[in-house]
Amino acid sequence: MGIGSNPLIFDEAEGAAPDSSAVTPSGGEASSTGGFAIQVLRVFVENKLAVVGAVVILFMVLFCFLGPVFYHTNQTNAQLALLNSVENAAPSRAHVFGTDANGFDMLGRIMYGGKASLEVGFAAAAIATVVGVLWGAVAGFFGGWVDTVMMRIVDVLLSIPLLFLLIVLAVIFPRSLGLLILVIGFTAWLVPARLVRGETLVLRVREFVQAVRVMGGTSRRIVLRHVVPNTLGTIIVNATFQVADAILYLAALGFIGLGVPAPQTDWGSMLSNGVDYAASGYWWEIYPAGVVIVLVVVAFNFVGDALRDAFEVRLQRR
Amino acid sequence: MIFYLIRRIFQAIVVLIGVTFLTFILAHVIPGGPARAALGSRATPGQLASFNAQNGYDLPIWDQLYRYFEGLILHFNLGYSYKANQTVRSLILSRLPKTLVLLGISTVFAVIIAVPLGILQTVRRYKPIDYALTGLSFIFYAMPAFLLGTLLILYFAIDLKWFPVAAPSASTVTGILADPRGLVLPILTLSAITIASFSRYMRSSMMEAMAEDYIRTARAKGAGSLRVLFRHALRNALIPIITLLGLSLPTIVGGALITETVFNYPGMGLLTTNAALNDDVPLLLGTTLVAAFATVVGSLLADVLYAVVDPRVRYH
Repeated sequence: MGIGSNPLIFDEAEGAAPDSSAVTPSGGEASSTGGFAIQVLRVFVENKLAVVGAVVILFMVLFCFLGPVFYHTNQTNAQLALLNSVENAAPSRAHVFGTDANGFDMLGRIMYGGKASLEVGFAAAAIATVVGVLWGAVAGFFGGWVDTVMMRIVDVLLSIPLLFLLIVLAVIFPRSLGLLILVIGFTAWLVPARLVRGETLVLRVREFVQAVRVMGGTSRRIVLRHVVPNTLGTIIVNATFQVADAILYLAALGFIGLGVPAPQTDWGSMLSNGVDYAASGYWWEIYPAGVVIVLVVVAFNFVGDALRDAFEVRLQRR
Repeated sequence: MIFYLIRRIFQAIVVLIGVTFLTFILAHVIPGGPARAALGSRATPGQLASFNAQNGYDLPIWDQLYRYFEGLILHFNLGYSYKANQTVRSLILSRLPKTLVLLGISTVFAVIIAVPLGILQTVRRYKPIDYALTGLSFIFYAMPAFLLGTLLILYFAIDLKWFPVAAPSASTVTGILADPRGLVLPILTLSAITIASFSRYMRSSMMEAMAEDYIRTARAKGAGSLRVLFRHALRNALIPIITLLGLSLPTIVGGALITETVFNYPGMGLLTTNAALNDDVPLLLGTTLVAAFATVVGSLLADVLYAVVDPRVRYH
């Protein structure tokens, strides 16, 4: 669902505003070097969209996790909510984004739902990245029938539309936040696996890998200490897009009704609940959740694109 | 060419076998077993045992696997839905054509819109229209299908009343097609994300094609810009789009599920959603299997088309 999750789309950099990110040195002097992270960061900050994206992400994380500390609302007890507020109330001074059908404050609900959405997003992306990287690195490194079997499994899983697989898993197993993280993570590892396998195939014929072999390095050492770090650029870029995808998948599941179980909510479930009332004119029950989903996903896409540029530039300057 | 076809079909068959095997595994990892899933949580052990005996769930696992494959391949037996009291096959057959209609029209529409958009962005690259279209495609890409569908319903169906709120709910394909106004919003929703990604890919693909040497040769020979654009660049730029289409099929089928749920369109997607909400596991697994099959077949067709269009692939 994210641009970066399609391995064939490799030229997304064109889409961002073309600022001159590569500063060519004149007069033959070497461009300043720094550590790996510094070089990447330098290209990253030159891309203004990416900086905006990073700021948005940081703001949303703080908003959702620290916000409730400053803006107390009751988000779990429906009877308590009705004591203090009216259901479906329009935005007002008491409730900045109005209230929903249960009387819960909408602004507080965005924070509450955001906690679940962001948690699932980051955790599922982490699982997907770790599993996918190891799978792809092992498959690409050993080659032969190991590679064929492992990649055939990836092909099989990729043929099933992910949403169907997610739904089946969410229905079969008793649902919880943890299960959703596992389910989304274990369906999303396929793309990083493919990417890392491709890179590994290229890397394993490089001289430094052969040198480690000659020096007696075990396969495990080569894979973990040499192959994986060299594919870090691809991994990080993909992980960024994975977070965006995970948030979208959780939102889709929530919209269908298979999201986090009550009383916890997520942005998708909020949308699903709000749709019924939006038609009656209670617009504040869907717009905040919708806007926030799009904002966060776009922010992650900007950041991912800029990271991709940054890693490519660094490779070119070598 | 024929070797490529055979190889490709063989690959597809391997994947299909794998998908079927996976569905079999999923059917059996349900906590409590398929018996509990069908009979509910209040079934007695006696009822569970007789269910298992009746349906062969007490046989050794290899027997069950063999019978599953045999039933699927020879009899197209996809299982039985106890909640709906019908065979899964009949439920799916009644809904599948409508989903295929939705998918077909949306995909064709998406390609028809995306290709000219990509060309436009190439010809006017780095001008305001390019940035505007890129910005729009970013937003549409990040916008989940259910959000877009909901917003379209709110604006065009409820506020402006141009289109009906729900999709046509006729039970046959002809009934669906008899009310084209009801199809507009679902098709727009389903094709939006596809248009966003295809037009951006088309843009890069065209830009790459325009940078090739044969374009320079064509211009040197005196070809006008239109001829260069359409006769030389476009043909080459379209080829990766076919591959992209094959790769995007799982996403599009997933998108169809969401779109059908939002618009209450009586297709396979809505069937899946309702099965999920009703805990109807046999039906759910049946629709998943069919969706996977459709995706594999679709991507096989895309690869075959690719081989037909690009001679370089065939004579590898």
